[in-house]
Amino acid sequence: MALQSLDIKARSATTTPSPSVRETMEVAKLIDISKCIGCKACQVACMEWNDLRDEVGNNVGVYDNPADLTAKSWTVMRYAEVEVEQNKLEWLIRKDGCMHCADPGCLKACPSPGAIVQYSNGIVDFHQENCIGCGYCITGCPFNVPRISKQDSKAYKCTLCSDRIAVGLEPACVKTCPTGAIVFGAKGDMIHHAEGRVTDLKSRGYTNAGLYDPQGVGGTHVMYVLQHADQPSLYSGLPKDPSISAMVGLWKGVAKPLLSLGIGLTVLAGFFHYIKAGPNEVEEETEK
Amino acid sequence: MQVTRRQFFKVCAGGLGSSSLAMLGFSPNDALAEVRTFKLERANETRNTCPYCSVGCGILMYSLGDKAKNAKSSIIHIEGDPDHPVNRGTLCPKGAGLLDFVHSPNRLKFPEVREAGSKEWKRISWDDAFTRIAKLMKADRDKNFEAKNKDGATVNRWVTTGFLAASASSNESGYLTHKVVRSLGMLAFDNQARV
Amino acid sequence: MASLAPTFGRGAMTNHWVDIKNADLILIMGGNAAEAHPCGFKWVTEAKAHRNAKLIVVDPRFTRSAAVSDYYAPIRAGTDIAFLGGVINYLLSNDKIHHEYVKNYTDFSFLVKDEFKFENGIFSGYDAEKRKYDKATWGYQMGKDGFVVTDPTLKNPRCVYQMMKAHYGRYTPDVVSNICGTPKDDFLKVCEMIAETSKSDKTMTIMYALGWTQHSQGSQMIRTGAMVQLLLGNIGVAGGGMNALRGHSNIQGLTDLGLLSNLLPGYMTLPGDAEQDYKTYIEKRAFKPLRPGQMSYWQNYGKFFVSNMKAWFGDAATAKNNWSYDWLPKLDKGYDLLQVFENMNQGKVNGYLCQGFNPLASAPCKIKVSGSLSKLKYLVIIDPLATETSEFWQNHGEYNDVDPSKIQTEVFRLPSTCFAEEDGSLVSSSRVLQWHWKATEPPGEAKGDPEIMAGIFLKLKEMYKKDGGAFPDPILNLTWKHRQPESPSAEELAKEFSGKALKDVTDPKDKSKVLVKGGEQLNGFAELRDDGSTSCGCWIFSGSWSEKGNLMARRDNSDPFGIGQTLNWAFAWPANRRVLYNRASCDLSGKPYDSKRKLIGWDAAAGKWTGSDIPDIKADSAPVEGINPFIMNPEGVARFFAVDKMAEGPFPEHYEPMESPLANNPMHPDNPKARANPAARVFKGDWETFGNAEKFPYVGTTYRLTEHFHYWTKHVKLNAIMQPEQFVEIGEELAKEKGIKAGDHVRVKSMRGFIIAVAVVTKRLRSLNVTGKKVHTIGIPIHWGFMGVAKNGYITNTLTPFVGDANTQTPEFKAFLVDIEKV
Repeated sequence: MALQSLDIKARSATTTPSPSVRETMEVAKLIDISKCIGCKACQVACMEWNDLRDEVGNNVGVYDNPADLTAKSWTVMRYAEVEVEQNKLEWLIRKDGCMHCADPGCLKACPSPGAIVQYSNGIVDFHQENCIGCGYCITGCPFNVPRISKQDSKAYKCTLCSDRIAVGLEPACVKTCPTGAIVFGAKGDMIHHAEGRVTDLKSRGYTNAGLYDPQGVGGTHVMYVLQHADQPSLYSGLPKDPSISAMVGLWKGVAKPLLSLGIGLTVLAGFFHYIKAGPNEVEEETEK
Repeated sequence: MQVTRRQFFKVCAGGLGSSSLAMLGFSPNDALAEVRTFKLERANETRNTCPYCSVGCGILMYSLGDKAKNAKSSIIHIEGDPDHPVNRGTLCPKGAGLLDFVHSPNRLKFPEVREAGSKEWKRISWDDAFTRIAKLMKADRDKNFEAKNKDGATVNRWVTTGFLAASASSNESGYLTHKVVRSLGMLAFDNQARV
Repeated sequence: MASLAPTFGRGAMTNHWVDIKNADLILIMGGNAAEAHPCGFKWVTEAKAHRNAKLIVVDPRFTRSAAVSDYYAPIRAGTDIAFLGGVINYLLSNDKIHHEYVKNYTDFSFLVKDEFKFENGIFSGYDAEKRKYDKATWGYQMGKDGFVVTDPTLKNPRCVYQMMKAHYGRYTPDVVSNICGTPKDDFLKVCEMIAETSKSDKTMTIMYALGWTQHSQGSQMIRTGAMVQLLLGNIGVAGGGMNALRGHSNIQGLTDLGLLSNLLPGYMTLPGDAEQDYKTYIEKRAFKPLRPGQMSYWQNYGKFFVSNMKAWFGDAATAKNNWSYDWLPKLDKGYDLLQVFENMNQGKVNGYLCQGFNPLASAPCKIKVSGSLSKLKYLVIIDPLATETSEFWQNHGEYNDVDPSKIQTEVFRLPSTCFAEEDGSLVSSSRVLQWHWKATEPPGEAKGDPEIMAGIFLKLKEMYKKDGGAFPDPILNLTWKHRQPESPSAEELAKEFSGKALKDVTDPKDKSKVLVKGGEQLNGFAELRDDGSTSCGCWIFSGSWSEKGNLMARRDNSDPFGIGQTLNWAFAWPANRRVLYNRASCDLSGKPYDSKRKLIGWDAAAGKWTGSDIPDIKADSAPVEGINPFIMNPEGVARFFAVDKMAEGPFPEHYEPMESPLANNPMHPDNPKARANPAARVFKGDWETFGNAEKFPYVGTTYRLTEHFHYWTKHVKLNAIMQPEQFVEIGEELAKEKGIKAGDHVRVKSMRGFIIAVAVVTKRLRSLNVTGKKVHTIGIPIHWGFMGVAKNGYITNTLTPFVGDANTQTPEFKAFLVDIEKV
């Protein structure tokens, strides 16, 4: 049964309304990139806590390892060497992973009832027992986060350690972070904390420092403090104004019944590829 | 992961059969959302110090079993000790991965010997190992112990066998090692302070 | 550590991890704390957050510490003395020093012997043949009263201040920039930021590690840093200090316990061949004060020594046999790691035991180490993991291409426990002894190190008892009072090194007053006696297990003063002090220089020093008595002029690394003797293994990555996933010249061999302009080998030269010459 501490706010492909009487605290994880040393402790703690072990891969000429998010790597560090000012090198290291959007594109796109849920505290969680492995969540995600496992054809991503939060603990990555670059608490407190950090960064010469809490997805429960909030793309292609494609809304209204009837598969595939190609193009552009 | 057009077709085709029921709006009862059970609820908690660098972070080790006679305890999770004044619950990527050090497939389990010129290890008993090592040491010491130097001064040293002490063993083990090594008259004695 | 003791008196990190939060400025140089000590580095981020502190990183590489710094300056590997010498010059010539502090608490006013000289890069007394100094002239002018002559006006040209001014006056910003390759503006900016902390309410802390120690002139780099801190008055104060960040979890403890060739526990030293007389041995070490009224705490050496011998040899150590003095081996020379491998290579060593140490991977010049091990008759490995050293005889293809049938060494491999499977204590870099508890049984038949040592020792003892043999006395009489002789417990051993009274110990001022009853654990080293009535296996740890119980296991983390001292958390040596030399945080009258960061202060009403820390001074000695803060030094003050304590000179001087891209030392271009460290020991055959810049034009430097720990975590799946495969880092400019792209495989070679690894091409490694020449650096992480769950790789120390620091013999891993090519 659902733990009462984590009430369901939204449930994929479900038309019956969720119970909404109890009000739980909205939580958020704040990642302060200016304090991040890219040590990957969060990656290790995440794997260890969640009993995951990804492949021992290769070095492909960069520090990023594993090279990308996978079904077993729910968070990865992305390293970018940039010179915003001439001759002033900055090594911007971003912890990538699920943003736990207030308006989650994955959940909206998911055709399988209960495979994706959103708790009233803001966590967006995947329930693999209901996952059919269709991959629509990937398409619906403006941040390109969920991954399908080759082992069991199910989608996986960060749970914000819902099992820890349910018993009153912080997520594993937050607890381990040596420099306190990742903090966790009530969303309001996190925004307040971020304001202090932004003031400090401005005093140190980062005039465009700011909080990343994109409103295009209703705000997120994983937020960033950026030294250059005016250019999120500097941070290994963090999208500037992420939003759920209008196509996902269309899918919910029109395409889903079509698919259920077993027709229009090819049409749909093309349709989703189009949605998918959008953010990809943006990414390629910003990586340059 | 980039989903290519072809993979996307496969994903769709594969998923469809099993999902059609749900697509039609039925949801099985057991699909009610539930978070994963908290795995440490009754695990045994033991306090320790990270064995890697000299920050000396406090760690909490969680082990399976309540130490009852018939249960073999095994560590299932390690995280930072929030009471520790230095690390305050945090751990670096090495400390956070300690579980896999404890359970490394390369942990040694039995005493072994590789005979001169051999290509392989051979398992031996502890008693055999201690006896053979002590015999080799004694033979070398008895032969090469220097009670007096060339000038006739008392020096009581043995320099043809050396000892490299650890860098992460406890004070207690280091103290005992030092006692033993000096009682034998050894001088070729070093630890990992330099490298 | 061979640099802090000659300066301050004790060879240990002066402050502690949490105290870093009290700093206004943090200089990370010769280290990379964010990567190597991330959880300690946290206190840098706390200082930034709560004190608006700034972080400076000076490093050849733009590291992950640099990534979060306020200011980064590049430097050529191995030129830190020139950089810091330039800082000293800046501080002196711009009058940015803490006048009161240096005048009262350092040797500024001490007069140096007239015979002491420094000419063209060489100090007086040099023997080029032996590569050694006769240090007779490196001393003070002594008065008839037996004390050092001083000139409080600081005008005498032979006073330390004047001599230092002259010595470092040569290190102008242009000279520094020319040698170090640091752009002059960057250097000056760093100087300005550092100079700010000469104010008594501003402090800087320096964090360093192997980036300073692993050079042929490493000890002197550290000393130069220490001198900068003294000039600024930053030693002994909260948020200041020289923070020597030790690499391994208990290397501080094992060094404290004297597990080095020439040491006894607690930094006592073994006698040399010439020291045949016990009394002379003690007198030579029980330094008499060099200035009136100073504590010179080593005067108590006899008490420490006798108590130690009582712990080791019990009733067999008596006044009659000089407490078994002759049972200790005497040194004809030092037997450090490099010396032992040299001896092994010459066929002079038959047996070797490695306890948790992997020299094939960690020692320099793999080919020499491997060849040396092959000459052993027997090798014993005690380790929790299957190390490279344990399989040095096994063919592992390109990574260890040897023929086992040609190696006649008998190798034993004994499985030991890891941290989770034992009780015991470790000493952190902050000198804190922390107890840990066993959670689980070891795998298979693995045993703890004490059990293994007992197993070997008890067999030997049995054989000596039965069959006799060479000098069995110390073996047969070694104390072994364990309830289970084959398995000495951590508790028994800890109590033994902490010490106990063998008879009632009385107050010297009032003999009727019993301080500790016979049989009880001691409260601390003040209770030690030299009459055989006390036993203590490591005097500096004394009191860690008293009648109050195991103080190392204390877990009260309260911090009543809010400056992070937590005096009731575990136990710090010495005497639970958290900040060493804390008397120096107060002025002569005993008033804290900065009341907001008070460590201690003189409480006239109470008649003692009080505060947030245990005073590092006689607790009831009023300031008027004039006991100075550096109580271990017979001078009572800290030393700029290291007298005879350093191998290569009392003042640090820049010398090039043994393998340098420059043909000469730019400080002394016409003196080849002063090119590299004149006192660095080089073994005969090793000169030929050094390369030159024509063949090997690039500077190689090795280091650790934050994802791995030494050669252990390649056995750890989680860490292997994070950094799976061996790589080297090169700058974009060099990559372009050599046609190397990120992800290509490259061969990096030195005079001693080669490795093949993946290339990481980065903006973080800049080419530097050094004496008008472009110098490229190649970064070489160390963590791979042919055993483990990470991808196999070459042992990095295939490349490194077999030469060490002149004082500590720490190998020169941070600066040597290599070439690179695409495979």
